[in-house]
Formats: sequence, C-alpha cells, structure tokens
Amino acid sequence: MAEPILCTEYKAGENMNEQNVIMEARNIHKSYNIGTENEIEILHGIDFTVHRGEFVSIVGTSGSGKSTLMNILGILDRPTVGSYVLNGIDVSTSSDTDLSHIRNQEIGFVFQTYNLIPRTSALRNVELPMLYARVPEKRRRERAEELLRLVGMEERMDHTPDALSGGQKQRVAIARALVNHPSLILADEPTGALDSHTGRVIMNLFHELHRKSGITIVLITHSQELAEETERILTLKDGVFIGERRGSKYVA
Amino acid sequence: MLLENIKLAFTGLMANKIRSFLTMLGVIIGIAAVIAIMTVSSAMQRSVMSMMGSMGTNRIEFFLTQKGNDTAVRDTDKTKDYMSEDDFKDLMQHFQGQVEGLALERSLGNTIMEKEDGRTQASINLSGGNSLDIKTKNLTMLAGRTLSLEDQKRAAKVALVSDRYVEKMIGPDVNQALGQEIEILIDSKYYAYTIVGVYQYNVSAAFGGNMEDMPTDVYIPLATANLQVKDSEYYDSFTLFTAEAADPETLCPEIQDYLNNGKYLDNDTYMVFGYSMKEQIRQMTSMLSSLKLAFVAVGAIALLVGGIGVMNIMVVSITERTREIGTRKALGATNLDIRLQFITEAVMICLIGGAIGILLGLGLGIIASSLLHFEGHPSIAGIAVSVLFSMAFGVFFGYYPANKAAKLDPIEALRYE
Repeated sequence: MAEPILCTEYKAGENMNEQNVIMEARNIHKSYNIGTENEIEILHGIDFTVHRGEFVSIVGTSGSGKSTLMNILGILDRPTVGSYVLNGIDVSTSSDTDLSHIRNQEIGFVFQTYNLIPRTSALRNVELPMLYARVPEKRRRERAEELLRLVGMEERMDHTPDALSGGQKQRVAIARALVNHPSLILADEPTGALDSHTGRVIMNLFHELHRKSGITIVLITHSQELAEETERILTLKDGVFIGERRGSKYVA
Repeated sequence: MLLENIKLAFTGLMANKIRSFLTMLGVIIGIAAVIAIMTVSSAMQRSVMSMMGSMGTNRIEFFLTQKGNDTAVRDTDKTKDYMSEDDFKDLMQHFQGQVEGLALERSLGNTIMEKEDGRTQASINLSGGNSLDIKTKNLTMLAGRTLSLEDQKRAAKVALVSDRYVEKMIGPDVNQALGQEIEILIDSKYYAYTIVGVYQYNVSAAFGGNMEDMPTDVYIPLATANLQVKDSEYYDSFTLFTAEAADPETLCPEIQDYLNNGKYLDNDTYMVFGYSMKEQIRQMTSMLSSLKLAFVAVGAIALLVGGIGVMNIMVVSITERTREIGTRKALGATNLDIRLQFITEAVMICLIGGAIGILLGLGLGIIASSLLHFEGHPSIAGIAVSVLFSMAFGVFFGYYPANKAAKLDPIEALRYE
C-alpha cells in the first residue's frame, strides 16, 4: 500500500536555504501585564529559525518561558515585540480569524494532555481540523481513516477517548495533527503523561514519520534525554536561548 | 457547515440525554402552556361567539329596573307601570322601519316532573313566547313541529319539549312524545298541554355544564301563558329585533331614552334599561381577548423562565467544555465557528423542546376543550409562530453563552482544569 503523502518530501540536512524556512522568529519579546506595576517580560529577544524537514527540540525547565514561546510559535499568542514569519506568512499583520485559518493549515498540535474531544469517536476527532477547513464529508472520512491506519489505530477508530489508553490517545492526536498537511508538528511534552514504554512508542512514531516523509517537527520538552534524540537542540533558560547543539542520539 | 453544526449539536445533546431533557423541560412546559391556552381560548371564543351570534346580532334586550333603592317599592310590584301592549304598539310605530319586531316572553315558573315509577325526575321551566320569540330561539326540531301562528292566535294548549325531557320521561323514541299530554303543577297551579314538537337541547348553550339535572324548557304559545296569569297584558321585559338597515348599538340608547323620557319620565319607580347583543358581543370579545392575553402572559412567563434555564445550562456546559473549546480553537476554529456551534446547540434544544411542547400543548388543549364542550381545533398559525418563536428563543438565550465561549482565550482555555 502506498505511503500517504504527508508533505513534500525533503530530507533533513539538505535544503537549508531561504525557500525552505518554515519558521522564522526574530527578536521575540513577550511581556505580560503591560502598563501595570506587575509588568513582566518572559521572553527577552528570541531568534529562532526552522527549516523544512528538521526535527528540532526546545529544552527548558518550568519557568524558562517555554510555554510562552510555544504559544507564540503556535500563533496562539502574539509577541509584544519582534517578528514571526510562518511558512512565508508574516503573522503580525494577520487578524485573529486569519490566525485560526493559518493554525488550521500550517500547524499540527500535539499536546501533553492529548486534548481529544470527549464523547466523540477517534474518527470524528481526527476529522475535526478538516471540518474547520471545510473539507467535504467523504474526503474527510477517507483522510481520517488513512491517518488512523498510519498510526495503527484503525481498529479503534469508533472508540471514544475514555475507551483509549494514554498512548492510544496520543496516537489519535498525532493522526489529527497531520490531517490538513501541516507545515510542521508542534509537540508540547507529548510523552509527559505517558509511562516510559508508551513514551518510547510515541517517540518512535515521531521518528518514523520524520524519516519516512520528512515532516518538520518542533518538540518542546523539559527532558534533556528526550531532546538528545532530535537533530538540533535549543536550550531555553530565563527567556533566552543559551545554547544550540546537535542531538547526540539522533539517527538520521 | 450548518448541517455539520446541526449534526454536531445533536450528538452533543445525545451525549448527555438527561441534562438535555431537563434543559428542555422549561421550554416544553412554557410552549405547551401557551399553545394549550391559545387552543382553549380560541375554541371558547368561537363557541361563545357563535352562540351569541346565533341569538341574533340584531337583538336588543330591554327590562324595567327600579329607579331608587326604596325597599317599600320593591315589595309591591307596580304591575300597572309595566310596558303594556299599547306601549309596544306606540314604540313600534315611533321606530317604524328600524324595528323588525318584538319578542315577548311570559315565564310561568319551574318545577320538577316525576315519572310514575317515582324514581325518574326531570327539571323544567315553563314559559310562553310569541312567534318572534319562538322563532329566534332557533330550535332544531327533532320531531313534530314548532308553534305556529295559529297556535298563538287560538291560545292553543300545545307545548314543545326537549329531547332530553322525552328521553327521561317518555322513552327513547322522540316521536313517541307527539300527541301526549304533559301535566305540570307549579305553585299549586295546574297546567295541561299536548306535546306537538320535540326540540334538540343545546348542550353548549349551557356554558360549561352537562349536568344530568340541567332544567330544560317547555314552550307554550304566549297567548296560552297569558290565560293563566292576571295582568297578562303587562310585561316587565321585552326583546327587540332591529331591521337590517338599523344599527342595534345606536338604536338601543335611542329606544332607552325614548321610553325613559316618555312613559317613564314622571315615573318614580321604574326606568328602562337595554343592552344590545352586538354591544354584548363586543364586550364579551374584548373580555375574552383580555383573558386570553392574561393567560398567554402567564404562559410567556413560564417560557421566559424556561429560556433562562436554557441559558444557564449552556453557560454551565460551556464552562465544563472550556478545554474542548480551547482545543477547537487551536485546531483552527474561528470565534464565529465556536459561536455558531453553541447557538446551534441552544436552538436545537429550543426547537426540540418546542416541538414536544407543541404536541403536548395541542393534546392538552384538545382535551381541555372537549371537557368544556368547545370545539377545539388547533391553529396552524399558532404552531408556526411557536416554531419560529422557539428558534428565535434559542438564538436569543443562546447568544450570551455562545459569545462567552467564542471569546475564550485559547491559551487560558487549554490550561483549564
């Protein structure tokens, strides 16, 4: 059976040129409670570039600002200062409605807590981003089934989340993330709520997806160990990147 | 997208059937109440109006009333001051062309008739009426004939009885009664007549009642009744029927004034008071409308409470689903998508609740109408209005919670426990 096309195939390491920049963040500052006496700046000038096909991780402890950064990279939030260009789109000029559309098309979220819609089947969960993209019913169903098969969940596509284990839920979430051919996967502590064995399964799935179809993955984690598996690691501390290195355990 | 939303809303409701039903309950009760009330009111209105209408919209009733509160007078009826047949002639002449005729009645009293077996009883009112009086009663004759002009002229000792009377006192076949003698004893006066006709007793005319011992009337010619009383040429009340061209509402005060400024001007005891059926109908119509309005208002309050209930539940539901809303937004739902989703859910609740309410209300309305002997049939307009109203309701009461959901910050929502 032919492998479904997730995105245009690029191999990591090649194509490190301008046209293949998926994410370009420049001088990102983020402050909260602006204008009040509680004003606090969380991010102090972040520069971050991701090329198509990279498997990148951002490592930081809690309080490092990684949630804030993730929200900005995921265009759930806007930077106070700085520019962010996602797949060629300058999001600073986009309205909230535009941002919703961009998220829908460009970003595949994978959350620590899965965030599947309760009392709804895995199939319908995976279809959800396509619903908001106004994809017709038949095509939606086909695509959803295809991806559930890819992550090995086709047997349980009619199950609701409460009938699925953590690992199974995460796999459904990953299928959901891929459904609209996004430019990248943005995974926030994807194995955080899983035991080490199941976590391993999920990481293997990410590696497989990356290897086979070259999908760009940005992984946010507090685990150095996990980060070592990725191509490129950026360490975030107190709102700035303090270092960048190659993952020691990364297998191309 | 709308169809998707509808499906989505439906599955959302099905996911929590009990809660959905309880939310709907307020709407169901409110709409059922309004529909039931409207059905019964309309039926009641129709029934009363047709009854009054059948009595004749050109009918004006006049009666003598005492001018003062003098108790001494009350005890002694000054019969000679009543309207006499000469007075009527004068009245007819004066208002020639505007008056079709006068209906006169003479009541002889009421009594309870007993059958030979001593067990069966029938209550009757005995009264005499002139031609116009009998005619305007619009009796449906089931057997025999009505009273004729001959009967009136000859003061024939003939009578009309009701089918109910016949059923009770004579037998199941109304024709059996024809030719039979009916002997009546009232206030130690004895009357005997031959039954020449049986009329249909009109149940709905007995407003709200169908009691077994409702008295029925026995009608005899006016001339015959007058033979049995003294001062038989005097009447303390009369009914006037206006001609087609005349307006009863203006004629009534005219006649009243004519008599009160004429015959009764110097009379210390009596004056004439009249009311036209037309005016009565108008007053009744407005009273029934007010009543209907009042009841519908009560129903509307119930509906309002129901709507607030819907709004409350939606707010609770949205709070519970905050995380879900955050997820949807992260996945690409716009504020509009979220708002539409929840308004659709509210509208669905109200539509389904409204549909159930309509069915329930119609059922109740029809049952209530038949219990009260009105012809209850539902108005399509009322149903259509209720359906539209339910939808509007859903949009109105769903808007605030839907807006709340739409405005949720996805980051905050995703963090929500």
